[in-house]
Amino acid sequence: MNIHITKFFYGDYGEIEGGAPAPVNNREWPLWEVFIRSKQGLDHKHVGSLHAADAAMAIENARDVYTRRMEGVSIWVVESKYIHASNPTEAGALYDPANDKIYRHPTFYQLPDELKYM
Amino acid sequence: MDANKLAEQFQQKIDADIKIEPQDWMPDEYRKTLIRQISQHAHSEIVGMLPEGNWITRAPSLRRKAILLAKVQDEAGHGLYLYSAAETLGITRDEMYYQLHSGKAKYSSIFNYPTLTWADMGAIGWLVDGAAIMNQVPLSRCSYGPYARAMVRICKEESFHQRQGFEILLTLSKGNAAQRKMCQDAINRWWWPSLMMFGPTDNDSPHTAQSMKWKIKRFTNDELRQKFVDVCAEQVKFLGMTLPDKDLKWNEERKHYDFGPINWEEFWNVVKGNGPCNKERLATRVQAWEDGAWVREAALAYEEKKSARKYAFQNTAKSTENAPAFQ
Ligand SMILES: [Fe+2]
Ligand SMILES: [Fe+2]
Repeated sequence: MNIHITKFFYGDYGEIEGGAPAPVNNREWPLWEVFIRSKQGLDHKHVGSLHAADAAMAIENARDVYTRRMEGVSIWVVESKYIHASNPTEAGALYDPANDKIYRHPTFYQLPDELKYM
Repeated sequence: MDANKLAEQFQQKIDADIKIEPQDWMPDEYRKTLIRQISQHAHSEIVGMLPEGNWITRAPSLRRKAILLAKVQDEAGHGLYLYSAAETLGITRDEMYYQLHSGKAKYSSIFNYPTLTWADMGAIGWLVDGAAIMNQVPLSRCSYGPYARAMVRICKEESFHQRQGFEILLTLSKGNAAQRKMCQDAINRWWWPSLMMFGPTDNDSPHTAQSMKWKIKRFTNDELRQKFVDVCAEQVKFLGMTLPDKDLKWNEERKHYDFGPINWEEFWNVVKGNGPCNKERLATRVQAWEDGAWVREAALAYEEKKSARKYAFQNTAKSTENAPAFQ
C-alpha cells in the first residue's frame, strides 16, 4: 500500500489514500439551488445548494440550512439540472457588443456645470 | 487554446485577486486540492458534532442545552455549506460520504479526543472553535468563489460558538474548588490538540508554497498557530487559569509568546487512526448513514409516486379537454 501524506492544512488532512472508487449511486436525492429574499423589497439571491427528494423538502431543508438567523423572508428552490448558464470562455464575445457603447452612460455627455437637476 | 496559455491566464487572474468560479478553467491540481481540502473540511464539521452532541442531554441547565443544540446545529449547517461548495467542483455528495465512511478521507484530528466533563464544552468552544476561526477567517478570502462564500457565512456564525464556550469556562472559574479544577483540567487536555489543529510546522508542509501561490491558503500553519497562542495566552488570564506549557513566555524581542515543542508523534498517530476515539467516531457516522437508508429510499419512492400520479392526471385532463378555444 502506498500511503504518503504530504499536505496538511486546516480541513486538509493528507492525501486521500488509494482503494476502490466510490460505487455509483443513482438513487441519490437530486441537487437543488437555493435562492433567498433577505428582506421584503429585495431580489432573491443565490445562496448555495442542497439535496432533497422533492421541492417541499428542498424548501424545508433550505430553511434549516440557510435561514437559521432570519436571513430570509422567502425561499426559491430549483432543481440544479434546470439551470442553464452562459459559457465563461465565450464571455469576451458575448459581452463585446456592450463594450464600445459608452454613450449609453450618462457621464458620456458634457453639459455645463450650471445646468441643474439633470 | 493550449494548456500553458490557460494556466498562465489562470495565474494572472489569481494574482489580480479575481475569484475563480465553478465553470472557469482551472488546473487539475487546483481542482483536486480544493476538492480534498473542502470535503475534508466538511467532514470535520460533521464529525465535529459528535463530541459535543454527547453532552446535549446532560447540559446543566435549559439555557445551556438550548445553546449547545444551536451550536451543534450550526456545525451541521457548516458541513452542508462546504459539501455544496465541493460539489461545484464535480464530485458528488455520495462520493464524499463514501470517502469519509470508508476511512479514505480524513477529518480534523481534534475530534478524535473524548469529551469527559461539562467543562470540555467550554474548552472546545474557546479553543477548538477559536482555532477554527483563526484558520477560517483567511479562508474567506480564498481564490475559489464558492469556498470563499461558504467561509464568509461560517465565520459569521462561529463567533457565537467561541463566546459561549468562554462563558462556560468563565462561569466554572468563578465556581467552587471542584468546578475550578474541572475548568483547568479541560484546558489542560484541549490545549495541545488545539495547537495541532493548525497542522504540521511549515518545514513539513511542502505544498504550502503552491497553495499560497493559488491563494487557497493565505498564511502558513506556523503563522496562524503563533497568532492563536498570542491571543489565548492573554485570554486565559480572565479565567484565572493557566495554559499547560511551562515554556510559554512573552518574548519581548519577537513581540510574540514563545511556546514549548508540540508532540507531533501523537498528532500523526491520531491522524493515522489511532486516537482515543477514531473508531468510535467513524462507527457512529456509518451507523447514522445506514440507519437513514430507509428514510432516503422512502422519500424518493414517495416523490416518484407523487409525480407519477400528477403525470397520469395531466394526461387524462388533456384527453377530455374540449377543443382549444383560440385557433
Ligand atoms: Fe463550524
Ligand atoms: Fe463552530
